[in-house]
Amino acid sequence: MEGIDKSFPGVHALSDCRFDLYAGEVHALVGENGAGKSTLMKILAGIYAKDAGRILRSGREVEIPSPRAAQQLGISMIHQELNLMPHLTVAQNIFIGREPRRKIKFLLDENEINARTRDVLDRLHLQLDPRTKVADLTVARQQMVEIAKALSFNAEVLIMDEPTAALTDTEIDELFHIIGQLRQNGVGIVYISHRLEELKRISDRITVMRDGRYIDTVATADVQIERIISMMVGRTIYETSPEIPENGDQEVVLEVRSLNRGRALQDISFTLKRGEILGFAGLMGAGRTEVARAIFGADTVDSGEIYVKGKIAHIHSPGDAVKYSIGYLSEDRKRYGLTLSMDVETNIVLAAFKRYLGPLGVVNSSKTRVTADQYVDSLSIKTPSLQQKARNLSGGNQQKVVIAKWLTADTDILIFDEPTRGIDVGAKSEIYRLLNDLAHQGKAIIMISSELPEILRMSHRIIVMCEGRITGELDCAEATQEKIMTYATQRGGVIQTEPTTTGDTEFGTK
Amino acid sequence: MELQIAPTIPARRSLFRSDAAQRLLAFAALIVLFIVFSVASPNFLQFNNMVGILLATAVNGVLALGVTYVIITGGIDLSIGTVMTFAAVMTGVFITNWELPVLIGILGGIGAGMFAGAINGVVIAKMKIPPFIATLGMMYVAKGLALIISQLKPIYFNGAPEFREIAMGSIIGGVLPQFEVPNAVLIMFGAAIVASLILTRTILGRYTFAIGSNEEATRLSGVNVDRWKIAVYTLTGTFAGIGGVIMAARLNSAQPALGQGYELDAIAAVVIGGTSLSGGEGTILGTVIGAFVLSVLTNGLRILSVPQEWQTVVTGAIVILAVYLDILRRRQS
Repeated sequence: MEGIDKSFPGVHALSDCRFDLYAGEVHALVGENGAGKSTLMKILAGIYAKDAGRILRSGREVEIPSPRAAQQLGISMIHQELNLMPHLTVAQNIFIGREPRRKIKFLLDENEINARTRDVLDRLHLQLDPRTKVADLTVARQQMVEIAKALSFNAEVLIMDEPTAALTDTEIDELFHIIGQLRQNGVGIVYISHRLEELKRISDRITVMRDGRYIDTVATADVQIERIISMMVGRTIYETSPEIPENGDQEVVLEVRSLNRGRALQDISFTLKRGEILGFAGLMGAGRTEVARAIFGADTVDSGEIYVKGKIAHIHSPGDAVKYSIGYLSEDRKRYGLTLSMDVETNIVLAAFKRYLGPLGVVNSSKTRVTADQYVDSLSIKTPSLQQKARNLSGGNQQKVVIAKWLTADTDILIFDEPTRGIDVGAKSEIYRLLNDLAHQGKAIIMISSELPEILRMSHRIIVMCEGRITGELDCAEATQEKIMTYATQRGGVIQTEPTTTGDTEFGTK
Repeated sequence: MELQIAPTIPARRSLFRSDAAQRLLAFAALIVLFIVFSVASPNFLQFNNMVGILLATAVNGVLALGVTYVIITGGIDLSIGTVMTFAAVMTGVFITNWELPVLIGILGGIGAGMFAGAINGVVIAKMKIPPFIATLGMMYVAKGLALIISQLKPIYFNGAPEFREIAMGSIIGGVLPQFEVPNAVLIMFGAAIVASLILTRTILGRYTFAIGSNEEATRLSGVNVDRWKIAVYTLTGTFAGIGGVIMAARLNSAQPALGQGYELDAIAAVVIGGTSLSGGEGTILGTVIGAFVLSVLTNGLRILSVPQEWQTVVTGAIVILAVYLDILRRRQS
């Protein structure tokens, strides 16, 4: 792939990207969230169309307009969210769309489909009954089914997007063993991963991407993980220095003690002080949003305690959380934060509607107008009128309306999940100023963000998560992008720099 | 070198959770109803009453067969009741008004149902209108057309006495005179066997499940999802057409005002039979059992002289209970 360009409405996702893959190699593709890894590979797999650039397959230029076309070229992609039909069997999934038929073309040949599936599974040395329903398999097994499906197309290029994200250590060993086999058979594998320690074990070369650009390709054997991290992070200079307000007040307003929820959250404990902005860093799927949802009562936890202002809080629903004056501003504000088809005024007072009801249960509209006006003014929400529908505001102003909503509800603890996602640069700094003001006024703020510069600029303290655990806590003075990245790519809190000894030489790095 | 991977052990499932459970439950409910009603009234187990139950199930059973397919794809079809009426009226037009041969009239009536189903399919798959709305529209359209074409009056089949025999004659009775089971019942069971074979053995059945299980994954696997959706709704319309012919033959007339509400009975039968409204799973056997649960219930309550209004209330409660059990089962898994 050379000179690949791709834009989505409002975002230039890829510019002048390149990638090459040899037969029989595992080529890792790494980068921060939004670096463009998946986008680049989806172009190769025929899911997105490229705007510019060329794709060469065995030296010949090809066009890949659809996933089907990619499969015919021997290119298959295994997505992070598996593309299987859970109610169908393993065999039915592998041969969906090209089922073997009987003489009458309308009839399925179930024996043939199972026999052929057995062949494919044998090639992978997988002992799996083709007639098992996919819903009854573990995620790891389902992934094997996807690999088997790719192989049944005689794939020579296999793209795996975060294949180990949902697997246990033993399952990862199984997967790596299969990758080893595929490599021996000459299959080229693109391996997208956030887990840098895995790369030493599995990959031959590593390509780093950042902000939709190609950075460099290196041989895994010649490079230290630290070097990869600094390439991922880059040396981007950000225009403003951190504006961290003074933090004199030390009262703990929220304490979380060993929160557990399946594998999503494991032993989460931390404290949050009045007037503090606590940053939650980590890669996608690290469990940061899950922490927020657990505190807010949106998900039920298996165990753990939450203390608000020193007293134990029983939070079983978002309604309970609001009573404890906790507000949650979702990363998807259009879905969870706003009622888009209603006007600005209604949105602002929605969470505290009861206070605006007259004796007969009629809304006192002059009171709501006063409140809404006040916030439009103090947060400088740019809207032609209070009657403007929330849908028609810009991203930054929508975010401000959500903030106003929670301020109206008298919340002391505010959880911001990706507060500046989809907001342009100018509006971003306004949101930052707003967050600082709120902290000044004594609100306690949790800010979840995937943008490291944002975390570094805003937070007093930073908690780093990886795979449902807290892997590190940093003070703003000592935090750097590199340190955060190191914690964020730690699996189970331990960095593995040495390849795990498996007794199998093909796992060794070259 | 080979890594030995342990053979799959399917996740442990309780009997309650298994796929067959809902069907077993429906079947158990049917048995219980039988026992209760036969103890409560000596008239219940009479041969004539059994035939009555079978006959009462015939039309709803056939409609439910068709709607099983759309529900497995994750869709719904609210139009089958009035499409059934439309098909019955068209049969009347062909046989009585145009004096066409009975066989042609029957095929024409079924064809009318098929056509309405195909339109549903196109509206849903190509115009991307949600199945609920698309088939709600068709429900009104078919009802209106049936009234217009019949000029609001029933069409009688007195000119073709053999037509009535389609449903009410008895092939079995010809061989075994003591078992005069009407043909309508045979047609229903025959249709059920065909429906079951299509669902489990053919490409159409496979894609019905695939679309209901994960439509996007099915599309990404290169399956022409739109085309197969149209096929599924066409099939459902065809069953509604067959239902219309049986209905007309049974009543020896096409009643243009009848039909609305039948779609809900059919959907109830499918749901009681364990087909999931969220798509991806379901069986024809379950649907047939579900249809019988409804008609045994109605029949038994009537024998016990429970007023009809209360029969309706009980039916509603049963439907809610069936869906609730389905949800409980899902929540556990």
